[in-house]
Amino acid sequence: MKPINARLNQLPPAILHKFLELATDPTILSLSVGEPDFPTPFHVRQAAIDAIQEGKTFYTPSRGLMSMRKEIANVMARKYHLTYDPATEIIVTFGASEALEATFITLLNPGDEVILVTPVYVTYEPILIMAGATVVHVPTDHTTGFKLTPDALRQAITDKTKLIVLNYPNNPTGGIMTHKDYEGIAEVLRETDAYIVSDEIYSELIYDAQHASIAQFEDLKSRTVVINGFSKAYAMTGWRLGYLCANAELVNAIGKYHSNAILCPPTISQFAGIEALKNGDEDIKHMREEYDIRRRYVVDRLNKMGLPCAIPQGAFYAFPSIEATGMDSLTFCQQLLDKKRVAVIPGIAFGAAGDRYIRFSYSYSIKHIEEALDRIEAFMSELSTKV
Amino acid sequence: MNKLLSLLRTNARLSNAQLAVMLNTTEADIEAQIKALEKQGLIKGYLTILDEHQIDQAPVHAMIELKVVPMKEFGFQDIANRVCALENVDSVYLMAGDYDLAVFVKGKTMQEVATFVAKRLATLDSVLSTNTHFILNKYKEDGILLDGGSVQDVRTTLKSE
Repeated sequence: MKPINARLNQLPPAILHKFLELATDPTILSLSVGEPDFPTPFHVRQAAIDAIQEGKTFYTPSRGLMSMRKEIANVMARKYHLTYDPATEIIVTFGASEALEATFITLLNPGDEVILVTPVYVTYEPILIMAGATVVHVPTDHTTGFKLTPDALRQAITDKTKLIVLNYPNNPTGGIMTHKDYEGIAEVLRETDAYIVSDEIYSELIYDAQHASIAQFEDLKSRTVVINGFSKAYAMTGWRLGYLCANAELVNAIGKYHSNAILCPPTISQFAGIEALKNGDEDIKHMREEYDIRRRYVVDRLNKMGLPCAIPQGAFYAFPSIEATGMDSLTFCQQLLDKKRVAVIPGIAFGAAGDRYIRFSYSYSIKHIEEALDRIEAFMSELSTKV
Repeated sequence: MNKLLSLLRTNARLSNAQLAVMLNTTEADIEAQIKALEKQGLIKGYLTILDEHQIDQAPVHAMIELKVVPMKEFGFQDIANRVCALENVDSVYLMAGDYDLAVFVKGKTMQEVATFVAKRLATLDSVLSTNTHFILNKYKEDGILLDGGSVQDVRTTLKSE
């Protein structure tokens, strides 16, 4: 056989997936899953059932149903004060994942530099490598709440910098950027003409602040692609539905690739998505309140057992430091698994900057979380008696 | 329902310290809120939900449909009060539909329940008829799964299908 694409060999090891697979073992208590534990709200499922019963199962326009794009434009304006034209500035995608892929493929030439703020969500880097880009990491840590700082960003920018990827609220750290935090970043971005991809998939899961987007800076909006989706806000992971918003020129370019890659986003999911956007605010509120209760409980206990953790401002992950144990994150997670049958994600899965941390998902019932925390607490006290 | 109540509804044994953390307030505040709710009569009590299969000599449960003649002026309240006063009775609900009161009772044996219905319940003034349904198994009570039942985490089962 002829060799396959050589870039595949450059992909980082799939540590996250290895630990996610453990979740299917019934003897292991998993805190690894990065998807809501709530089912999709029933009225949203009903909208899909109706679409199926009415035979609305054909292709849609490749950018998605116009009625869907109009609802997206409404939500972007109503919730985030961002104006996009449904006819020319929005594409409905096959999950936020496809929006990311289509954007990366469209914008990048081999050799272009792309800045990722680490610890970072695991799927960006493999796609960037496949696109031939050079990935530059900007590490952050808990001392700044995992926020990107203007100085760190400025140091990473070169004349080859083509794209900067932002992801706030952040997976895996739970960190956020407020509008004020972005002011200094915006100044640095004005010194370059790099594109900006802002993955805002967790925008609805933010607890004590207002969600901010870099696209709210009017002079940066024209080179920013805002990506969002339904998986986290409406508990719709399996529906594979997301969207991107950008200026018409960028949307045209991305749309060329997108229409060839997937023809159109899933039709049935779009009808569910319209219902979610129109009538899903109460569902979001309910889920957010539940996550908030768990978040406070988890963080309190982690801190008390010697796993220091700032309260995450967004998403549904706690990202405690394991520095005091003297272990790297893989060792810690493997030992926790072997001794206590609890699976959490080693921070190294999210880049070298994550190696001092573990990712703990709280998208589980309080009972489940409590049992897992009891086991981690026992693990921690056995560690400290050994020393 | 406020968040404190909904947390207590899922687990009444959450400590004030745990509740304070979850709801971002102080233990003293939680204690005061609970006291106020108890005093107000909104919180009526706290019970333990058991899987009775694991008890020696588990009780027998039955649900009895009661048809009654409502009394002038008192309506159903008077007969409901008299049913509630019987010690074998756990729950009494006024129903819409074919019968009037749903009465949940327990006894040591089926015989005890049968005797209770025949001698104490059916003989009350204004009771027209009784229809007794013995409960064979309980799968879920007050939102809690019983009898070894568990809800699968579909997120996980989907990935191994």
